[in-house]
Order: sequence, then C-alpha cells, then structure tokens
Amino acid sequence: MPPITRRALAAATTSLLLLIGASACANDEQQATENVPGVTDTEVLIGTHQPLTGPAAPGYSRISAATRAYFEHVNSKGGVNGRKIVYKVMDDGYNPANTDNVVRKLVLQDKVFALLGGLGTPTHTNVLEFVKTQKVPDLFVSSGSRNWNQPDTYPTTFGWQPDYTVEGKILATFVKQEFPGRKVCHFGQNDDFGRDSLVGVEKILGPVAAKQTYTTTNQQVGPAIGALKAAGCQVVVSATIPGFTALAMGQAAAQGFKAQWVVSNVGADYTTLAKQLGDKKVILEGLLADNYLPMAGDADNPWIQEFTRIHQRYNAANPIDGNAVYGYSMAYTFVQALLAAGKDLTREKLVRAVEKGGFTGPGLTPFRYADGVHAGYSGVRMTRVANGVQDYFGPTWTTDDADGEVKEFTEAPSTPPADAIPTT
Amino acid sequence: MTATRPSEVPTERPPAAPSALRRLLPGAPGSGTVGGSTLLRHLIVAVLAGTAVVLLTNQLPPYQNLQVARVGAFLCVTAGYTVLVGLNGQLSLGHGALMATGAYTVALVQQALADRAVQGRWILPLSLLLAAGVTAAVGLAIGLAAARLRGPYLAGVTLAVATLVPAITTIFTDVFNGEQGLRFPAETPPASLGAYFQPERWLAWVALLAALVTMVLMANLVRSRFGRSLRAVRDDEVAARLAGIPVARTQVLAFVVSAACAGLGGGVYAVLTGTVAPGKFALELSLFLLMAIVIGGLGSLAGAVWGAVLLVALQDLPSLLTETFTLPSGLARRLEGNLALAVFGLTLVVVMLAAPGGLQGAARDLLARLGARRRHPSR
Amino acid sequence: MDRFLFLTLDGVSTGAVYAAFALALVLIWRAARLVNFAQGAMAVATAYVGYAVVSATGSYWLGLGAAVLAGLALGALVERVLMRFVGHANPLGDVIVALGLVLLIQAVLGMVFGNEYRPTAVPFDTDALTVGGIAAMSPYDLWVLGAVVVVVALLALLFTRTSLGLRMRASAFAPEVSRLLGVQVSRMLTVGWALAAAVGALAGMLVVPTGLGLHPHAMDLVFVIAFTAAVVGGLDSPAGAVVGGLLVGLILSYVTGYLGPDTTPLAVLVLLLAVLLVRPGGLFSGPRARHV
Repeated sequence: MPPITRRALAAATTSLLLLIGASACANDEQQATENVPGVTDTEVLIGTHQPLTGPAAPGYSRISAATRAYFEHVNSKGGVNGRKIVYKVMDDGYNPANTDNVVRKLVLQDKVFALLGGLGTPTHTNVLEFVKTQKVPDLFVSSGSRNWNQPDTYPTTFGWQPDYTVEGKILATFVKQEFPGRKVCHFGQNDDFGRDSLVGVEKILGPVAAKQTYTTTNQQVGPAIGALKAAGCQVVVSATIPGFTALAMGQAAAQGFKAQWVVSNVGADYTTLAKQLGDKKVILEGLLADNYLPMAGDADNPWIQEFTRIHQRYNAANPIDGNAVYGYSMAYTFVQALLAAGKDLTREKLVRAVEKGGFTGPGLTPFRYADGVHAGYSGVRMTRVANGVQDYFGPTWTTDDADGEVKEFTEAPSTPPADAIPTT
Repeated sequence: MTATRPSEVPTERPPAAPSALRRLLPGAPGSGTVGGSTLLRHLIVAVLAGTAVVLLTNQLPPYQNLQVARVGAFLCVTAGYTVLVGLNGQLSLGHGALMATGAYTVALVQQALADRAVQGRWILPLSLLLAAGVTAAVGLAIGLAAARLRGPYLAGVTLAVATLVPAITTIFTDVFNGEQGLRFPAETPPASLGAYFQPERWLAWVALLAALVTMVLMANLVRSRFGRSLRAVRDDEVAARLAGIPVARTQVLAFVVSAACAGLGGGVYAVLTGTVAPGKFALELSLFLLMAIVIGGLGSLAGAVWGAVLLVALQDLPSLLTETFTLPSGLARRLEGNLALAVFGLTLVVVMLAAPGGLQGAARDLLARLGARRRHPSR
Repeated sequence: MDRFLFLTLDGVSTGAVYAAFALALVLIWRAARLVNFAQGAMAVATAYVGYAVVSATGSYWLGLGAAVLAGLALGALVERVLMRFVGHANPLGDVIVALGLVLLIQAVLGMVFGNEYRPTAVPFDTDALTVGGIAAMSPYDLWVLGAVVVVVALLALLFTRTSLGLRMRASAFAPEVSRLLGVQVSRMLTVGWALAAAVGALAGMLVVPTGLGLHPHAMDLVFVIAFTAAVVGGLDSPAGAVVGGLLVGLILSYVTGYLGPDTTPLAVLVLLLAVLLVRPGGLFSGPRARHV
C-alpha cells in the first residue's frame, strides 16, 4: 500500500474511532419513540438558536437571557404542571450553517420537546423543512417574516411578533393621517424585512416617492441617504435593524437632511439606539416608531414592574430594555401554551393549544392564532421619543398581512397575574 | 500570508523553506512501492475504508451519522483544496464561494426537476455531477486569472471572490431567492433499505461515497505525472518550465480540479440539509477551510481527512464547552460563545507553533519516534 | 452633477481611512513579507483601549495617544511572543497564527466588554459643511483626511530621512547584508510590527466612529476592503496603499450610489481584476527582475 493512502486510511480510522467513542449512547432511538421526547415527570426540555456571538449579537443576545431568567423564575415557583422548564440556548452566530447544525443537535441528540424563539429569518428559514419532518413544535420564531405563518406547509411552526407587512400597513396608515400630502419614502434592508415592510406601506399609500436599500455587509449608507435627500423626501419609513437605524439617522443629520423618521419596532428600541449614538442621541428626539409590548422605560406599567422584579433577581447583569421585555413576554406566552397543552404533555397537544389561541399577556393586541393561522400579534401602537423617553400615543391598530382593513383596537391591556405567572 | 514561493521568502532565516515544505508533503512518488496498478491499490483501500465506515454508521444514532456525513462533504472540499494550496502552491481564499457554486447548482437542478414532477434515484448523482462540472467551469475562469498572479495578489482576488456569494444571490434574487436561499426535496433512503431505515445513515453513505471517490481520484492524481508537475511548478517555476512543463496550464488545471472537488463537496453539503443560503458560504467558511487544511497538514490527503474532521468537530465545540463546565450565571453569560472562539483561536496558534506540519505532521513524527524506539530498545 | 460631487466627497473621506489601514498592511509586508490577517482585530483591541481612556479622562486626544501607544506595544508583543516563533517550515503558518489571533482577540474583547456596540466620541463635528448648496465634508472628515496625510508624510520622512528608516528598509530587503553591516535585523522586524500596529490603531480610531460603533467585529469589513486596497496599490508601495485606498473608497461610493449597495463586492472584484491583470504586482509595483 502506498504511504499516502496508508496514512489517509490511518487518519480516517482514527477519526472514526473518535466518533464511535463520542457516541456511547448508540441505538437508543427505539426507546425514545416510546416516550414524548424531552418530557419527564419533573422536567420539560426546550431549545433555541440565538446569535450570542458575532455581528448580530448586540442587543439580540439579551433576548434569550431574559427568556431564561423568566423560566428560572417560573421554576422557582414550582414550574408548569409540576415540570421545571430546561431552556437550552445554542449559539449560531446568525450563520445558517450553524443553525442547521445546532437545531439538528437539539432535536436529534438532546431530544428537545419543542423549539422556542429561534432567532432570525435567514437562519430559521433553513430549518423549517427539518422541523416539519421531525414534527417538532417550533413556537414563536423571533422574526417578523411571514414565512412562519404557513400552516399547510409547516404545520408546527408559529410566528409571534407582528409581521413586517402588518407593521408597514399600520405605519403607513399613521403617516397618511398625520402627514397628508407629504413626500413619503422608504429605506429598508435588502431582504424580506425591507421588502415585506415596503409591501405593507405601498398597500396603504400606493407607490412611495423614493426607495433605497442597504445591505448589512456594507456600512456606507451615505449614498442612499443622499439619494433620499435629493428626492426631497419629507417622511422616511424605515425597516432597519437598530445598528442601521442609528447609522442612517446619523448620516441624515450629518447631511442636514431633516425628514421625519418612522421606524419599524425591530430597529427602534430607544435604549439600544441611544447607547449606540452616545452623545449624538439628541437626533432621536421626535423619532416615531411602533410597538406592541409595554415600554421598558415605563415604570408605572404593571407588567414592567413584575418583569423588573424578575430581572433584578435573575438577569441583573443585563439592562432591562426592549430586548429583555421581548424575551420575558415571549416566555410568558410559552408558559401559557404549555399550561393549555395540559398535564399529559405531547407535541401534538402543544401545537393544538397554540392553534386554539386565546392567550392574553403583556401585548397590546390579540394574537391571530387560530385553526389555519399561525401568525402572532395582530397589530401595533405608535410611539414617540420626547425628552429622551419613548412612549405610546394615539390608538392601537390591528390588521392582517393581506388586504384587510386597518382597524382601531379599543380593549384595555390586561394586567399581570400574581408573580407574572399565568394560571390558565 | 507570506509569499508562498521560496524565492520571495527573505533569507533572514536561512532558506529552509523548500526543504522543510517538502518534508510536509507525501514522499516522493514512485519511491519504494513496486508492482500493481496504483489505481487498483487505491480502489482496494477505498473499498475497505468504505466498508468500515458503513459498518460504523450502522451503529451510530442520527446526529452522529449526520456528523459523519458532514465530514464526508468537507473531505471532498479539503482533498481538492490541499492539492491546490499544498502541492501547487497557489493560495486561494475563495473556496467557500466554490462550494456555494456547487451547492446552488444542486439546489437549482433538483428544484427544476421537482417542479416538473421528475423523480428518480438518478437525480442525485446527476445533480452532483453537474455541481462538480459547473464549479470546474468557474474554477477555470478564476484559474485563468490566477495563473498570472502570485502570493498575496492571488489571495486578494480570491478573497474578493469569497465575499461575492451574498452579492450575487441578492442581485439575482429571482434565481437565488436572496438571503433566504433555496429549498429542494430532501434526499430519502431508497425503499429497498426498508421503511425504518435511518435517513441520516443514508446521507452519511451518500457523503462518504462522494468523499471516497474524491480521495481515490486525488490519490491517483497526486502520484501521477500531473501530480509531479504540480509540485515542480510549486517548487521552482523556472526550473519546471525548463523541464518542459507548461506552467500556466498546470496552474489553471490545478484550479479546475480543485474547484470540481469543492463543487462536489458543496453539492453534497447542500444535499445533507436540502437547503442553500448565502449566509452558509460567508467569508468565514473560506477562512475556516484554509485553517482546516493547514492544521490538518498542508499538502497531504491524510491531513485533508484531519481537516474535515476538525471542521465538523469545531461546530460542536461551543455546546461541548458549555455542557462540560458549569459556571456562575453572570460569568457564564460573558463567556457564552466567546469561550469556544477563544479556545479555538488559542488552539490554532499553539498547533501552528508546536507542530508546523499540522496534525498529520505531528502524528507522523510521533509514529517515527515510536518506531525508532522499538528498533533501539536499549535507549 | 451634484450627486456625482457628493459621492466623490463621500468616497474620498471613506477612502482616506481605507488608505490608512492599507498603509498599516503595507508596512508589515515591507518589514516581514507577510500580510497580517490579525491587523483588523489588533486595531479593534487598541481602539477599545483608546475609547476606554477617552471615557475615563474625557479627552479624545489622550485616548488617541493611548490607542497609538497600545498599538506600538501590541505590535511589538505580537511579533516578539508569536510571529517570531512561527517558523518557515509551513508557508502558511503565519496566516493561520494570525487568524487564530483574530478569534482569540475578538473572543477576549467579547468577554471583557460584551458583544455590544459602544458609542465612540469624536473630536470634531460630524455634520457636513454646506458649500454651494451641497453637503460637502464634515469637520470630522477633514480631520480624518488631515491625519492620514500627516501620517503618510511622517512615514515618508522616517523611511527616507532617518537612520532608523534606512535600517528598517535595509533589513527588509537585504537581511543578510544588513546583518553583516551591523544592523540588528530582528529588532528592526519588531520595530516594523510596532509601527504598523500603531498606524493600524490610528486607522481604527478614525474609522470606528464612522461605522456602527465599537464592537469586536468592527474592523472585519474594513480589513477586507483595506487588503483589497493594498493589493490594488501594490503591497510594496506606501504611495500605492494611499492611492489604492482612495480608489477603492471612490469606487465603493459610486457603485453604492448609482447601482445600489448589493453590487459593491462585484465592483471590488472587477477593480482587482482590471488592475492586476494589467499589472500583476499592483499599480505601484516596481519593475521586476525576471528570475532565471
């Protein structure tokens, strides 16, 4: 045998032996199918993929920290139906290749009962097919893409936040009322976030006066902002992630381009933006945006008071901001779903429980969950930054991602149960 | 990177480069072994290795089989890549983009056939062949440019190629569906294997077959006349030219061969998940591929195996670390993710300083030392 | 026409930073014949030092000084502790060590400072001055341009007019002869690294405020673009780095402005091929002796 192939063979065998060693628990698949994966009498194991490192980590890495803190809180009060929630967070660095891998590891090896809040459109889109064949409940994907609402194709996947089109329609409705006759333009990310938002805006306003895009791998937004300025835009509806909201508004200020910015809630958290802008945060004064959860800075809100208590106990290393409130609220909805699925927990029961819907919680609007609808929150309310405080004003609106009308929603928000742990 | 050609290495530390480089590489072809067809010997080895692996996959649970499958996919790439960089001395930083070419070819072909309701077991091999072919064509284009460029200038151009994938997929969104990428029907085991056959095991077999074919082809190529030309061009272009070797053609061909392997590997990689997306083929991947072949042992096919194993093991490092160590939660949140990167970075530095020949070089040294001790028991 | 002028000014001000960073790459290439893939991560690390000093003292200039000093120290350290021991046994050893260093630095920064964007102070206003009705450069852009010009001038003086510069050039181009003539070649290598990292640190301090903010990955893209710029200009030529940086900055600005932000990687590749297929050693490559 020639030396090269001999060495190749030797290396191959060695590595394979290593792999054998790593898989002491071979052939246990038959056992697993008998029970419900990830569920014992005392525990339920769920998993998620999150960007904890890399360029997408800022801000987003705080969502899973809050979700985990909430589960620790719930566990300290006895868990759900006597089961403690074990929440396994896997770092995918916002790279779809890693998402593929960690989700398969969670499902095939760790045998999680369900996935919760997997973050990102390009990342999670990649695992939809796999999640479907494994019949894993895939709850509350952290992204406003409409992909998650395809119950016929992906029967176990559910969205949670209002999708970008719903947001775009409501922002445009507000702009139409508040700034009639002004020149409205659109600035968006060059993916489904920007595209879906633009679809929503144009459903209400018709074609916008000018539209520009950015890509996350190119921080030179000056030319795009320059073009919006040259087009004479007076209102800019912006579907941007926080980093690029700050960058774009900074550029606009630098170029002396004074338009009214109306930003998607995804990229409009005041705490995050102010931190990034530092001394220049004054340009955020008057910023219009939308939201559907209590504002992190609203100390009078009963939900924020409860979340703050949990935060100080279990998550004090992080600031309480919009990302944290997102993490707490989503975890709250999950506990509701788990309760509704009942004591005899199965994957099918969890999916049916979410489809049944009827959850109330921190959010301002109802969920759209129903038989054949896997979409989350149905609407948003406008916010404005005044004197360094981002607060709600005006009516709450609801709509759908198609041609449904934008309606005012008048029901008062719910109040939290004791300890902010749902009982039904 | 340094100027990879010895002639450009500053002579401050005596010109150890060529001889040491040769030490990293497989022994001189044709020395020692006699008789029999090289191809036949390689085939026998491949069949033996394949049988061993099939036996192994029968024992493994799904996730481990997926890991084996991923090793197979990456091995196709690293085998061809190490031939280009190690044996021919051309530094490409764009192999991630070549993998993407193969992966998107498979996705587009399979999608097109599925849309026309065409079915059959021949679709997989056909799409993989096309992946290798299309990527070879792309490799030809890059290789033609590369043949004029040296060292960091070639690295610069290929680095630009590596950053191209997201741009191309966004510009031609209608074809490639932008950042979200494409999905195609998942590869399923043939019915003849039984209804309860583990799908991941089938994927492992597919990937291993591709890897074995690549390894056999590369092992033969390395020991052929063309393989000798590759090394001659790397060691001294002028001497190679004087010896009648067409330097430019050899370099372009090396790129084509290497690209075909990357395309096949990328295609298999796509088949494993049934999805492609530009984010999977970011610059990061190209750099990790380079680290894999160098840490594995540059220019050696055994090193390519180490490299492929490393690429897969790497993806599991973060979760392995967090599961092994339980830390106070405040600290854990700071270390989360970062710790794995730090460990990996440190490992790269240490391995390169301690064993410049990579893992394969270190293993060979170790074996040689053990062998020497056995022959001289008195010492 | 206004648009063209606007894009040109935008391109020049971003190009100036690429030029400074490309210059750092060229300095190391000239001293050690290697491209320092860790340059970006090293610059980020020194920028963290710089901005920590800024927020502690409130003075931008102290912070800038601290960053440049940290650059000198880090460059010397990396050469003395790591690069010196990367033998020539493996032609890609230094690339891999540098890449390992990138991961290590970014991970440590993430552990110490968190994976968050941090705001950065600027010494001058970033609002553009309006000249003749169009928004021209801001005072900050002018400061960046001025700083880069001064650095280039100082480096030119160093290499052409001082004995240290002469010794550095000599030990890079003819190490054996230099050693015979009494130049401490290995010390010159350390000085080269320190100098390059200091220029990198300055570039980092200049570029970070124009991007998303200070973050362990803040220089990843800048590194790729600056590497391109250095290759376009020719790795042996500091003048080439400056011209390459400005050229790449301008092209990125025009392409982003006229064709959209998605097309820039394609434009960069076209530029590289257009330049290198005509001049394989970059725009400013000297006449090269044919090896026989």
